[in-house]
Amino acid sequence: MSGRDPIPYAPEQPGAQPPNDYPAYKSTINRHPLRAPIRVPHTLTEVTGPSFTRRWHGKNLADLTLQHKGEPLGERIVIAGRVLDEDGRPVPDTLVELWQANAAGRYAHERDRHDAPLDRNFTGFGQVVTDKQGGWRFVSIKPGHYPWRNTHNAWRAQHLHFSIFGPAFATRIVTQMYFPGDPLLATDPIYHSIPDATARERLVAAYDPTLSEPEWALGFRWDIVLRGRAATPAEG
Amino acid sequence: MKLPVTGSQTVGPFYHYALDRPEWSDLTRHGARGEKIRIEGRILDGERKPCIDAFLEVWQANAAGRYAHPEDRQNKKPDPKFIGFGRVFTDAKGRYAFTTVRPGPVPGRGNAMQAPHIAVNLFGRGLLKHLATRIYFPDCAEANEADPVLGLIDDPKQRATLVAQPAKPTRLGRAILPTFRFDVILQGEGETAFLEI
Repeated sequence: MSGRDPIPYAPEQPGAQPPNDYPAYKSTINRHPLRAPIRVPHTLTEVTGPSFTRRWHGKNLADLTLQHKGEPLGERIVIAGRVLDEDGRPVPDTLVELWQANAAGRYAHERDRHDAPLDRNFTGFGQVVTDKQGGWRFVSIKPGHYPWRNTHNAWRAQHLHFSIFGPAFATRIVTQMYFPGDPLLATDPIYHSIPDATARERLVAAYDPTLSEPEWALGFRWDIVLRGRAATPAEG
Repeated sequence: MKLPVTGSQTVGPFYHYALDRPEWSDLTRHGARGEKIRIEGRILDGERKPCIDAFLEVWQANAAGRYAHPEDRQNKKPDPKFIGFGRVFTDAKGRYAFTTVRPGPVPGRGNAMQAPHIAVNLFGRGLLKHLATRIYFPDCAEANEADPVLGLIDDPKQRATLVAQPAKPTRLGRAILPTFRFDVILQGEGETAFLEI
């Protein structure tokens, strides 16, 4: 053990992450590894990761309703929150990517065959870098429910896809944010893949009237928590 | 009191229009120092069918073996023209390819040295949480033999899944790039060794 060893990130909390072997989500059946993963003590490789302070990733796209000539159809929403680590410390300067279906439940993707209209004024992609307090904010429209072929007559709960990097390769996460009160949350298998109910419910945003814009858009708050260090890093 | 970590959810099948940045498949695009190489391969499922809706993110040290990150305080030359991060999608045949520079060796824990390697996070439809693995180089046999992470894998066949294979060099404009093949098999016979990081 060398004094220069990097401080590892904390291991996964039980029940907080979905298993990859989860047959209720059919696409996992042929894609989940059969062997247990090899546990790797963190080295410099795992505790480092891409930095976004130099803006090589492109400009902020915080308002998904302003990307085309006209306004997209649908219910305008503001979604905002913070990226924090397990110890409640803000994660600044990290990239947050957001993508989603349009108000009719259709993705601007060539392989999406759902018979719902595309919206020429909506692509459904945004990205921002978090501020010093780990804060981020998007303006968008509420995505529609859509059918998928997981089982007969299956429909997905309304959701936004989020991709967050954090400070290290080990903190990378891609997830989905859901909306409060959606009746499809009771059965959505992707949502239910997270075993622990409290952890699962953390994926549901809170309606937050303080984020709503009068006569304009409805507000939702959602905080994202990334892995923290197994021990407090020395200052300096 | 610790806050609960946000749970992972699949990227699903419909992310390409949002996440695809074709330029991110060339890690040398800003003019990185070092030996330019190409890595290519396929991502296959348990039935050996190509995964057409998956992508890799890669992270590596520069040619001198230093990461572009504040926690890397090694006394090695930084390369301001090398970010060290890439993202690359599979095509309709499950193939991917990226161009980078060969990474230098980086320290492991204790006094160990790690063989040159590229860290990989793999995302796709059907993966509720992304999978982590590593790419090592076939022409670094001695360093691979001493690598502390490869050393954690007891089964030599499984260990070998992390070592890329030499492939036909790639002609890119006037340059001819040494090329390595790294296939990812998600499940079953020949399954790639995945890492819990």
